[in-house]
Amino acid sequence: MFDSLSNRLSDVFDRLRRHGALSETDVATALREIRIALLEADVALPVVKDFVNAVKEKAVGQDVVRSVSPAQMVVKIVHDHLVETLGGGADAASSALNLNAVPPVVIMMIGLQGSGKTTSAAKIARHLRLRERKKVLLVSLDVQRPAAQEQLAVLAKQVEVESLPIVAGERPIAITKRALDVGRREGYDVVILDTAGRLHIDEALMSEVAAVRDVAQPTESLLVADAMTGQDAVNVAKAFNDRIGVTGIVLTRVDGDARGGAALSMRAVTQKPIKFMGVGEKIDALEPFHADRIAGRILGMGDVVSLVEKAAETVDREEAEKLALKLQKGGFDLDDLASQLKQLRKMGGMSGMMGMLPGIAKIKKQIEGANINDGMIKRQEAILSSMTKQERKNPKLLNASRRVRIASGSGTSVPEINRLLKQYQDMAHMMKKANKLGKKGLMRHGLAGLMPGGFRG
Amino acid sequence: MSEERGGWLSRLKSGLSRSSQRLTEGISSIFTRRKLDDETLGELEELLIAADMSIGIAEEVTGKLRRTRFNQEVAPEEIRQALAEEVARLLEPVAKPLVLNPALKPHVILVVGVNGSGKTTTIAKLARQYRDAGKTVFLAAGDTFRAAAVEQLKIWGERTGSTVIARGQGADAAGLAFDAYQEAKAAGADVLLIDTAGRLQNKTDLMAELQKIVRVLKKVEAALPHTVLLVLDATTGQNAHSQAEIFRQIVGVTGIVMTKLDGTARGGVLVSLAEKYGIPIHAVGVGETAEDLRPFSADAFARSLMGLEK
Ligand SMILES: Nc1nc2c(ncn2[C@@H]2O[C@H](COP(=O)(O)OP(=O)(O)O)[C@@H](O)[C@H]2O)c(=O)[nH]1
Ligand SMILES: Nc1nc2c(ncn2[C@@H]2O[C@H](COP(=O)(O)OP(=O)(O)O)[C@@H](O)[C@H]2O)c(=O)[nH]1
Ligand SMILES: [Mg+2]
Ligand SMILES: [Mg+2]
Repeated sequence: MFDSLSNRLSDVFDRLRRHGALSETDVATALREIRIALLEADVALPVVKDFVNAVKEKAVGQDVVRSVSPAQMVVKIVHDHLVETLGGGADAASSALNLNAVPPVVIMMIGLQGSGKTTSAAKIARHLRLRERKKVLLVSLDVQRPAAQEQLAVLAKQVEVESLPIVAGERPIAITKRALDVGRREGYDVVILDTAGRLHIDEALMSEVAAVRDVAQPTESLLVADAMTGQDAVNVAKAFNDRIGVTGIVLTRVDGDARGGAALSMRAVTQKPIKFMGVGEKIDALEPFHADRIAGRILGMGDVVSLVEKAAETVDREEAEKLALKLQKGGFDLDDLASQLKQLRKMGGMSGMMGMLPGIAKIKKQIEGANINDGMIKRQEAILSSMTKQERKNPKLLNASRRVRIASGSGTSVPEINRLLKQYQDMAHMMKKANKLGKKGLMRHGLAGLMPGGFRG
Repeated sequence: MSEERGGWLSRLKSGLSRSSQRLTEGISSIFTRRKLDDETLGELEELLIAADMSIGIAEEVTGKLRRTRFNQEVAPEEIRQALAEEVARLLEPVAKPLVLNPALKPHVILVVGVNGSGKTTTIAKLARQYRDAGKTVFLAAGDTFRAAAVEQLKIWGERTGSTVIARGQGADAAGLAFDAYQEAKAAGADVLLIDTAGRLQNKTDLMAELQKIVRVLKKVEAALPHTVLLVLDATTGQNAHSQAEIFRQIVGVTGIVMTKLDGTARGGVLVSLAEKYGIPIHAVGVGETAEDLRPFSADAFARSLMGLEK
């Protein structure tokens, strides 16, 4: 269903078989596909329309560079325009928090119910304490959701900042005044106000938060929104921006597999920068916004950067270097395969990686068909650990009787062991190929460029 | 139409009418008596997409109009009527209330979904309904991850007069579910609602934990849990497909509750979910209090979506 835009467009252009400058018909056909891709990624309809028109203007009459296909050319135009819109020429300064005010600087978190305000408030507090050496006070104004104030107090402890003591029955405005007072008296640099979730059409609650804003005069009013949000993102963002005045957006649950079109919708309708992305439930799972990564995702081109970063994070550097050396010498053995499997598991398993890889749509069926799943990875690890060290170093030793021994030792079967050894051979071959492709080639062709026939099982 | 049904509809409508307002305006502006040509149909399709219906379904629904009314002069009301009927036809087979089996003591309901979708609040709403019907209700505080999630459920337990079984934060959720079942059974409770931590469906390890809860319960009795409720947030877009698909695959979802339909999100994804998976849709959430749960009616949902009265 979510075939990447590039695949879609290559199909279109394969049929057209046109070259040279992009004609109006070429572009029109491509735009239809782009429109569908954006809608499937949850970009709101009015935003899609504007976007498609802008791309059309840029694309018609463009010379297709000789070495790329028309499809790649259009994808590049779309991608670049998307990055530009998402980033909006935002330099580092506009996406950083604005703390230029007389302390205590007030940051107010606003948004729909359950969007991630409280979690993000704690994450930002942690960020300010560690990165900016600020003294931060966390304050919950959420008297609506049961135990919301306790939730923030617990999180404050976890991120090692103070939270305003809870006074039962106190209303949001009164809490705000007390927070500002404490903030001033006790020399806080930053006061973060975590508000209750509210619907943008709930007049009573919207005027309540407007009143809080008038009292607190926040330097930042951050709209916290879920990356999974659908078409409604425009309505929400517009209403909060018109009524309260948004200074920036926090996009949460970017660790999910949503395409994240809401980012484009909200950015387009508010013209405000996306300042942070929430990438997990843990209190350190906060990152600055990366327009190019979200753009790639919206277009279904895979979050290559995330994958590479995640790999860099989890894959042991030394291991990787050792492996690289072995690869050059052609000495990739079963011990290396075992450590590869371990790394794979650490990176969230096959399913964790699926969503992030470019070109995955093409081979998804093959992977499913081959039954390469996390359960299988575990069984393979069991097989490898039932081998002797010599066997792992020199797989040629694995004759029939040794295979029978290993099968019973690992609770698997001889055919499974045979499959693993075949996979190992394919992998060694694939490594050689990867070496030849180099890093650039890998990016361009994605995993599909590497999948050997043998992986189909 | 009976008094009660009318009352019910108007309550649902007050929640849904805001959602449909823009859609209605859109449809009206397309159809102040226009010919139903390609362009009009295209615009109509876009409006359905703007309600979060997926493209395939929007094409299917407008395709039906194309076959029956192409090139006819049509009035807006008439077209809304036809569209609502189409949508209702697709939803009808899945509109099924969640019925407790009185023979089960307790009927075990496991509640699952992504973070912040409204699981805990939905449990409170169901507990309120069952308590109002005179049932004994147990709640298991299975979200042992999120800060103060246990306290949140405890407060709902107090408010609804339900017994809450809880361990501390970080406790094993499967073990807790097991204990809660034993306690609810010993007490002869009618229903046990098990809360779980929110989890994104692409997190393999967290999904495996959820699977473990089901496995542990099944060891006690193969029929457990009797009901697995997936809580979907109406503001969610096309990702709801992936949520339904994966939660269904991992824990065998038996029913859906859609929350937050009191906003401007229209929950159009339900239509394609209905067609694709046929999972029963039991109820909709239209607010933050324990009273804000409504049974799901295909007709009312479809008509409200199209901005029709009754
Ligand atoms: N996976 C993931 N979960 C998140 C993220 N941000 C928040 N959450 C979770 O979403 C749920 C609701 O978050 P909360 O901060 O209470 O939302 P609020 O109601 O807006 O204050 C909790 O379960 C959080 O752990 C994120 O970036 N990724
Ligand atoms: N407006 C509205 N808010 C809801 C609804 N259901 C839940 N909420 C709110 O959504 C937020 C998250 O709900 P919660 O039950 O804690 O979600 P959970 O993380 O899935 O357990 C809370 O602020 C709830 O009050 C609903 O139907 N309408
Ligand atoms: Mg909160
Ligand atoms: Mg909960």
